Amino acid sequence: MWLLQPFNEGATRLFLGVLLACLALVTVLHLAVPAGHPLHVSAYTVTLLGKYLSYALLAVAVDLVWGYLGILSLGHGAFFALGGYAMGMYLMRQIGDRGTYGDPILPDFMVFLNWDSLPWYWLGFDMPWFAFLMVMLAPGALALVFGFLAFRSRVTGVYLSIITQAMTFALMLAFFRNEMGFGGNNGLTDFRELLGFDLRTDVTRLGLFVATGLALALGYVLCRAIVTSKLGRVSVACRDAEARTRFLGYRVERFQLFVFVVSAMLAGVAGALYVPQVGIINPSEFSPIFSIEIVLWVALGGRGTLYGAVIGALLVNYAKTVFTGAMPDAWLFALGGMFVLVTVFLPKGVAGLLSYRLKRKEHQSDDSSTPQEATS
Amino acid sequence: MRMIRSFVPGLLLLFLLVGFVPVAQAQDDPGQALLESLATESYAEKSEAIEAIITSGDERSRRWLEELLDGKLQRHKDSGRFVIVVENRGRSWPVIDALSFDDAGEMSRRDLDRIGINNALRGQLQSALAVLDLYTDDVDDRREAARELLGSMDATLVEPLREVIADEGDAEVRRLLEQGLAIHRLSEGDIDAIAELEGSLNSRVRAALNSAARSDDPLIADAASAALDDIEQKRRLNSGLETLYFGLSLGSVLVLAAIGLAITFGVMGVINMAHGELIMLGAYTTWAMQQLLPGQPGLALVLSIPAGFLVAALAGIAIERGVIQFLKGRPLETLLATFGVSLILQQLVRTVISPQNRTVVSPDWMSGSLMINEGLSLTLNRLFVLGFALVVFAGLMLVMRRTRLGLEVRAVTQNRAMARAMGIRATRVDIMTFALGSGVAGLAGVALSQLTNVGPNLGQNYIIDSFMVVVFGGVGNLWGTLVAGLSLGVINQVLEPWAGAVLAKIIVLVFIILFIQKRPRGLFPQKGRAAEG
Repeated sequence: MWLLQPFNEGATRLFLGVLLACLALVTVLHLAVPAGHPLHVSAYTVTLLGKYLSYALLAVAVDLVWGYLGILSLGHGAFFALGGYAMGMYLMRQIGDRGTYGDPILPDFMVFLNWDSLPWYWLGFDMPWFAFLMVMLAPGALALVFGFLAFRSRVTGVYLSIITQAMTFALMLAFFRNEMGFGGNNGLTDFRELLGFDLRTDVTRLGLFVATGLALALGYVLCRAIVTSKLGRVSVACRDAEARTRFLGYRVERFQLFVFVVSAMLAGVAGALYVPQVGIINPSEFSPIFSIEIVLWVALGGRGTLYGAVIGALLVNYAKTVFTGAMPDAWLFALGGMFVLVTVFLPKGVAGLLSYRLKRKEHQSDDSSTPQEATS
Repeated sequence: MRMIRSFVPGLLLLFLLVGFVPVAQAQDDPGQALLESLATESYAEKSEAIEAIITSGDERSRRWLEELLDGKLQRHKDSGRFVIVVENRGRSWPVIDALSFDDAGEMSRRDLDRIGINNALRGQLQSALAVLDLYTDDVDDRREAARELLGSMDATLVEPLREVIADEGDAEVRRLLEQGLAIHRLSEGDIDAIAELEGSLNSRVRAALNSAARSDDPLIADAASAALDDIEQKRRLNSGLETLYFGLSLGSVLVLAAIGLAITFGVMGVINMAHGELIMLGAYTTWAMQQLLPGQPGLALVLSIPAGFLVAALAGIAIERGVIQFLKGRPLETLLATFGVSLILQQLVRTVISPQNRTVVSPDWMSGSLMINEGLSLTLNRLFVLGFALVVFAGLMLVMRRTRLGLEVRAVTQNRAMARAMGIRATRVDIMTFALGSGVAGLAGVALSQLTNVGPNLGQNYIIDSFMVVVFGGVGNLWGTLVAGLSLGVINQVLEPWAGAVLAKIIVLVFIILFIQKRPRGLFPQKGRAAEG
């Protein structure tokens, strides 16, 4: 079965092994080592790591379209945020009458706005299965419509990047409006419990961390399966020579659309895992700068490798945590500098650096999975 | 408060020593006699006294009448001296002399007699004050006064106004006064007055016609409603023109922001995400110029035009040499790298100058507005920016079409290898083109500093819009950028009234996204070989 195909690869097994080992290690260090011990991992750190892992899943989703399809999406933050909002809506409904206004059905902000009933698009979000379905379907639907229109008329390259950016910008403006019914500026927050587990307990946080790690492992395997399948080979062909692939008889836009939608759904799942750990979702996740930051994670880690995206997401976000804590002013300098240095000096990212070392050892000369930019 | 209280005894002493001296002098002043006539019990006599003051032509009469209206013109019981109360709180009030307007210390409230007025006198005073301004030398003041008078005329004013009209040199003032008289006549049931009021956009005229339209006389009512319909039509036209103006103004801003991008992105094919920050640098140059030349905002602004161009162009050259030249033929990487540059520039401004917005002063000749008619006035700063955008566009067209640089740029973009074979130094052309596009961004910044806040986020707000304009207009086409920018501005303004500002912006974005699906190469696609770049 094609989904199990990746398990035959050494690199994937290595990646999964490292990931699962890390999950187990953090769990043990959190539960078994007493607080105060230098090796103890606090609940705060667990949540922070969980956040990084959800970002890593998002980066994998971006790498799938950018690295293997050649589509630089500057709007993946929108899919991430939509998934997050779907989860947020479920969590809002779970609050029930424990909100400030004590309304059993309406979330606080709707009571505040004097709404007397739930808007139709909030219906059903009290049921977890529906909400979790929407976590994937909402971003997927947006990607389907947007991608269908864009790929059909062969909007590619820079143009596509710019209109994806415009898409997330438009969504950000829309979600800032109170009339939209998504909490406007403040977004959705004040969550209590998820599937009956209190979000404020350490055990739930650990559970969310492990769930995110497993989701990342699954997402990684799925992406690996896609890129190693025949579908993936055609995608790479589209990336490197779109016109030639078309002339060979492949319907390029269908391959692009499929991969784009899968990637958007993965981004949605990442958003859904992110929200309960961070405790808030607001329109700033839609901001173009966030989407472009995701691309940096991938570029820094090395595009077209998937594991590079994970490394990049973890590295950059760890750096962000350190910098914004120690020298908040310097963070944008560092981020901007990374953009410039990575693109100019490190076009294949950290992963490229690693595989270059490996190759020199093994005297290999050809690696088909490194991207070659089509000059269009 | 405590300090003021401790001054009170001293001031009182001062008053006692010198207080009575000016009164002696004042006996010769004709003003004293005029004011004396006010100090009577009879309101009819007071009314005559007011008339006397108006016709006296005394330049202090305006102040007297105003203070009288406020109840602050008072008379000292014992000395008969007239004073103006500055503040009537507490027991003793600080006063100034009513004749010389000099400080007259403080007086006990018990010693003062207020010159009372009733409602009839109040009305008389109000219109008298309005008429008084009609005698000033300044035309603008006279117009303002005439406008004030509209709709508040009564029978007593008709005769004096006819005299004023006969003497008035300014046609606008005459027109306004005649309109005012017509409103008065209309209120007395004169149907011919409606003809005179037709087509006026003044709100008072409309109010008068509205009440006439409800009149019992069907003839007057019909004529008034007909006139109202006419006015309504004119108003609609006006608001249409206003929307168009605001749209063009917004469009000109978009054009300014995008036109530099049209050069770097459209002609050179370089995605410069730091374009917005180059605009910001231009705006900050204006601010810095005004700090260097305090008190001369106009001169500073004029000097900022070349300075802003230069600063942004130099920054552009630095970006081109430092980053972009290494990323030739890799547009997506260029996009990311220049985005990094934009973050660095933003943070640089935040760290070096301030994260807060800076205010850039508008020079006098740019503030104010140009009045087309009573319902429509165009703000001058927007008009200037609109003109500036067109001038910059024309200049850029000239450079691209008529200069050697423009020729070389077009040659290099069409066929780099061939151009180099013909002896064009392509690298130099790259630098010059990028400097030109960046410099124009700086010019946009100078213009924007007159319309919006100058802050570190200034550029970010325009970068997406600018790309939209360039892509919508058709990459590599300056005319396309102009048409796209202006039309997007107008569309946005047309949508705004019924959709709201944010929704209008969203609709425009969605419209462009859909438009690009339909015509991926924009409004005016490039033809020929360059199209397949």
